[in-house]
Amino acid sequence: MEQLILTVILTSVPLIFAASGELIAERSGVLNLGVEGMMLMGAVSAFAIAMGTGSPILGMFAGAFAGALTAGIFAFFALGLATNQVATGLALTIFGTGLSGLIGAPLVGHAIDGLPQIHIPLLADIPILGMLLFQHDIMVYLAVIMVGLCAWVLNATRVGLIIRAVGDNHDSAHALGYSVLGVRLLAVMFGGMMAGLGGAYLPLVLTPHWAEGMTAGRGWIALALVVFASWRPWRVLGGALVFGGITIMQLAGQARGWTIPSQFLSMLPYLATIIVLVLIARNREFALANSPACLGRIFHAGK
Amino acid sequence: MISLIPRKDIPLALTVMTPIIAIALTLIVGAIIFATLGYDPLQALYQFFIAPVSRPDQIGDLFVKACPLIIIASGLVFCYRANVWNIGAEGQLILGAVFAGYVALTFPGLPGWAMMPLMVIAGMIGGLLWAMIPALLKTRFNTNEILVSLMLTYVAALLIDWIVRGPWRDPMSFGFPLTKMYEDAALISRIELPGIGYLGQLHWGVVGALLLAVGAWFVLSRMLVGFQVKVMGAAPRAGRFAGFSPSFVTVMVLGISGAAAGVAGMVEVSANIGQLQPDISFGYGFTAIIVAFLARLNPLAVIGAGLVVALAELGGDSAQIALGMPKVVTGVFKGILLFMLLAGETFNRFHVEIRLPKSAATKVSAGQN
Amino acid sequence: MLLFFFEQVQTAAALRPHLSEAFMTARPRTKTSTNSAKKAVVAAPTHQTLLLNASGIVKRFGNFTANDDVSFSIYEGEIHALLGENGAGKSTFVKMVYGLMQPDSGVLEWRGQPVTITGPQHARDMGIGMVFQHFSLFQALTVAENIQLALPAGESLSGLSDRVRRMSAEYGIGVDPDARVHNLSVGQQQRVEIMRCLLQNPSLLIMDEPTSVLTPQETDQLFDVLRRFSDSGVAILFISHKLDEIRALTSRATVLRRGINVGTVDTDTRSARQLAEMMVGEMVGDVARNTAPSDGDVLLEISHLSRPRPTQFATPLRKISLQARQGEILAIAGIAGNGQDELMEAMIGEWRAESDGIIFLKGLDITHAGPAVRRNAGIGFVPEERNGHAAVPTMSLAENNLLTSHSLDGAVKNGVIDDDAMRQAAADVATAFDVRLPNENSLASALSGGNLQKFVVGREIAKSPEVLIVSQPTWGVDVGAAMFIRSAMLELAAKGSAVVMISQDLEEVFMIAHRIAVLYDGHLSAAMDATGLTAEKVGLLMGGSAAGKGPDA
Repeated sequence: MEQLILTVILTSVPLIFAASGELIAERSGVLNLGVEGMMLMGAVSAFAIAMGTGSPILGMFAGAFAGALTAGIFAFFALGLATNQVATGLALTIFGTGLSGLIGAPLVGHAIDGLPQIHIPLLADIPILGMLLFQHDIMVYLAVIMVGLCAWVLNATRVGLIIRAVGDNHDSAHALGYSVLGVRLLAVMFGGMMAGLGGAYLPLVLTPHWAEGMTAGRGWIALALVVFASWRPWRVLGGALVFGGITIMQLAGQARGWTIPSQFLSMLPYLATIIVLVLIARNREFALANSPACLGRIFHAGK
Repeated sequence: MISLIPRKDIPLALTVMTPIIAIALTLIVGAIIFATLGYDPLQALYQFFIAPVSRPDQIGDLFVKACPLIIIASGLVFCYRANVWNIGAEGQLILGAVFAGYVALTFPGLPGWAMMPLMVIAGMIGGLLWAMIPALLKTRFNTNEILVSLMLTYVAALLIDWIVRGPWRDPMSFGFPLTKMYEDAALISRIELPGIGYLGQLHWGVVGALLLAVGAWFVLSRMLVGFQVKVMGAAPRAGRFAGFSPSFVTVMVLGISGAAAGVAGMVEVSANIGQLQPDISFGYGFTAIIVAFLARLNPLAVIGAGLVVALAELGGDSAQIALGMPKVVTGVFKGILLFMLLAGETFNRFHVEIRLPKSAATKVSAGQN
Repeated sequence: MLLFFFEQVQTAAALRPHLSEAFMTARPRTKTSTNSAKKAVVAAPTHQTLLLNASGIVKRFGNFTANDDVSFSIYEGEIHALLGENGAGKSTFVKMVYGLMQPDSGVLEWRGQPVTITGPQHARDMGIGMVFQHFSLFQALTVAENIQLALPAGESLSGLSDRVRRMSAEYGIGVDPDARVHNLSVGQQQRVEIMRCLLQNPSLLIMDEPTSVLTPQETDQLFDVLRRFSDSGVAILFISHKLDEIRALTSRATVLRRGINVGTVDTDTRSARQLAEMMVGEMVGDVARNTAPSDGDVLLEISHLSRPRPTQFATPLRKISLQARQGEILAIAGIAGNGQDELMEAMIGEWRAESDGIIFLKGLDITHAGPAVRRNAGIGFVPEERNGHAAVPTMSLAENNLLTSHSLDGAVKNGVIDDDAMRQAAADVATAFDVRLPNENSLASALSGGNLQKFVVGREIAKSPEVLIVSQPTWGVDVGAAMFIRSAMLELAAKGSAVVMISQDLEEVFMIAHRIAVLYDGHLSAAMDATGLTAEKVGLLMGGSAAGKGPDA
């Protein structure tokens, strides 16, 4: 049982990173569907650098950097050239999946040392809870810290206020003198960095080797997770655990002979996301309070 | 700093040149990437684009690869022209295959002249119903069709996985997730050309795809419903002024593209696989989006665009064998191509001025060919 | 939100006891209430310090002179109205004061010193604040957050919230810093905008048509707030076309007409009629026009059409009734923003009422019919916006012709468009209506404004409609095209059709209308015979005065 919970926590880490980053980008009004591509670029870069330097920590930084760089491609087209965000994001996913496969081809079959576990003194010795919460690798703690950081920045700082304003009404923000594209660029790059970190976690901890497409659709789940969490960072944390929990539930369920086919359980996150989308669209107050009004809309500095 | 200034009118030359320039740039950037990673760029380009069609039978295979892309993209053109962003063609394809599979597996004794049409209809219904979910959610609740159709793609993939592993699994398949093989009546046969014989895997579904593209062109450019679609996408207020209904158009375009994707699913299974399995599509639904953009949302151009993108797909196979590149590398070309096409759209609609930040008023005006 | 509103109401009522009557009955703004309110204005600063002085301000856009040698002054603490029709030059002038544009010539002086106002930030630093007609706040954020974004960084949110509360109490504004903007009414949102300006300590507050989105109660509350500002020394430049409000609130008014300052007057001593005359000039209905209003059959009848506000900045329609007769042009005059768009949508059928029996064509109830059905019945429509509404800019003229003829015979057979017929029809319209095209297959966007308008009007007239409903037929159109279009409409009427023309151009109204009605705040006045009708009387109605029956006090 404890093992199951541990697995849930670990498998939710990539989701937490990727979804938190995408959340910031979307709050600024940008819909970046390229999360899967950015995660894969992060994964392959982290693996390559970890393998080459022997240092998984350097690999982690490489993953973050690669993710941000990949997001930069998206930003160039979608923000600089005002291209359709949906299509550009899809292009990024297809490109990132392909390029990561290409880069990773010679790396298949190699193994690396993953990130070490860090035992937090004293706390790690608490029975049960100690093992579950305080003996993780650094990225698990980092994930939680980043969620807190996102929440704090968004809600309590001026930077976060500006991000929210740009996502709510980019014309008004522009009229007040804020650089809409500048804010969005930063938000998108942050999203890319986080997606890169999320992708990096896969080869650095979960399965310490490289396989093409190893994110296996996690990027799309992250997108769903952002909606499911109503664009709020702490809910991303909870939602990721729920989504991760479902995957585990189906394995456990099979072992216990449950009759609900596992595929239907796996459908739940997607169906839940659709329901949230309908709720948001139906209830104007809920929508305004929870989703960025300018999401996906191209900003034209006119007039 | 990039500034975009809307153009008053779009020179025709630019409209035609854009896809060509996009393709050229894609090749160049792709070659650079290959070179950086240690592959011989010219060899790679050759393997990708020339080798796959150097024999006549390979031409047939090219059309086979292009077939689902052409079918789906013909339908997507309607959606995108109306500004309805159907991203779920992949899921609609799967549902079409499943519905068609139901006919094939439940009534194996049907004769060919009944089986085929029924399967086509079943495929259309399956894809159409799946597309009706985002359609109705959009018209009733104003829900974003992009995310809904995307989510449903995954639901569809899980659905077929369950069906093939569960209720429809062939008891004789030794535990593999496969349905029974379809009867001959449910399969699409290869075309036997007089005097030439078979042309690779070229099958009758390809003929259907070409006819469909032509049909789509006719509806879009010559029929009133096509006009409605174009007006709603270009100027929704004018559409309402004309008396057209936004809901009707939304439902119609999603229905058309869903049905098309469903037929594509049916064709793919009946022509190439012959039974249902968890993976029946290899991203055709997403690749078709690129085809639609490359064709600049013109159904006739979809044929050419489908062939170009299919060439890249075949190229991936060939490059894998000859150079050891992973197959997923076609994604590099497809991705870059889509980026270039999107950028081309921008250059078409705007004058692009690049001001270098430090130098005073150095303006490089781009986009005037 | 309701609680907040009541709190606001109580505050206002406590300050002005007689106003509490206003909340019991929905009363029109009559003299009694304004007299009692005016007593407060008398306590204006006695020392008249010059704040803003405009001398000889000129602004041209190409051939069009928006401001022609405009000069007037505003004093500290004064509430000064800027009155005029559309296109009179009010917005242009005010944009120059706020730094959004520069005058071509002339001088703006601030507290006696000549200034060049380089931009809105500069204007704000000088002490000039502006509340636009369509304010845009961040809906998902709180009031305090909205204000914080408009101020320079450095102040904490809680500190700002306290300042907001204090100022709100001081001026009776009633704004709750923690409320989310999307929960606020339009009136409350406007007060948030005012608060934003106020926190920058302005000496001059410019308000652009602030009352068009407010209920009468909210208008009274706003006026209370503005009077308090004035008492504390803040000058207010109040742009409006509403005569009664101007006379109730302001002490002086500058009237602009076609870019010229017609005069700066004391609003105490002028009647609404006099202000109206200054606003619209002297025109009289053309006695020489041949046909008097016909007593022909009523072709189109609208009976008690009411429509709630579609969006927060829109105007509701209130029990509008009209009759369009054979052979005549019925003009609906009025200043923009008083319901013209909403009325046009209702007449086209883009918006349809729930109940029956509101719109009739020759006795046939078409209330629930959509645009295509109405066209089939014999009505032609020309909406105000030719780019994107009347026509699709990226389509050819033949396709644009199809837009309004697709439901008629000959256009579509079995779902297939008869391309040749459409091309021919479009070519015929172009020939008959003198539409100049760059080349044969031009897109609509390649045509000049005048030519496209001729096409869009001609497209309807070519179908010989029984009723033609047109909005702003000659807006943004060159003189030649304008005359052509007006003649075409007169011709159509002479042949026995009815023409309903919504127009903000009073000259045009007087030029061709047989009967004239006025749209104000969603109300349509009774239609008046144009012969002998004075512009001043129309101006009174356009300014919202109860239809002048006899001399005003």
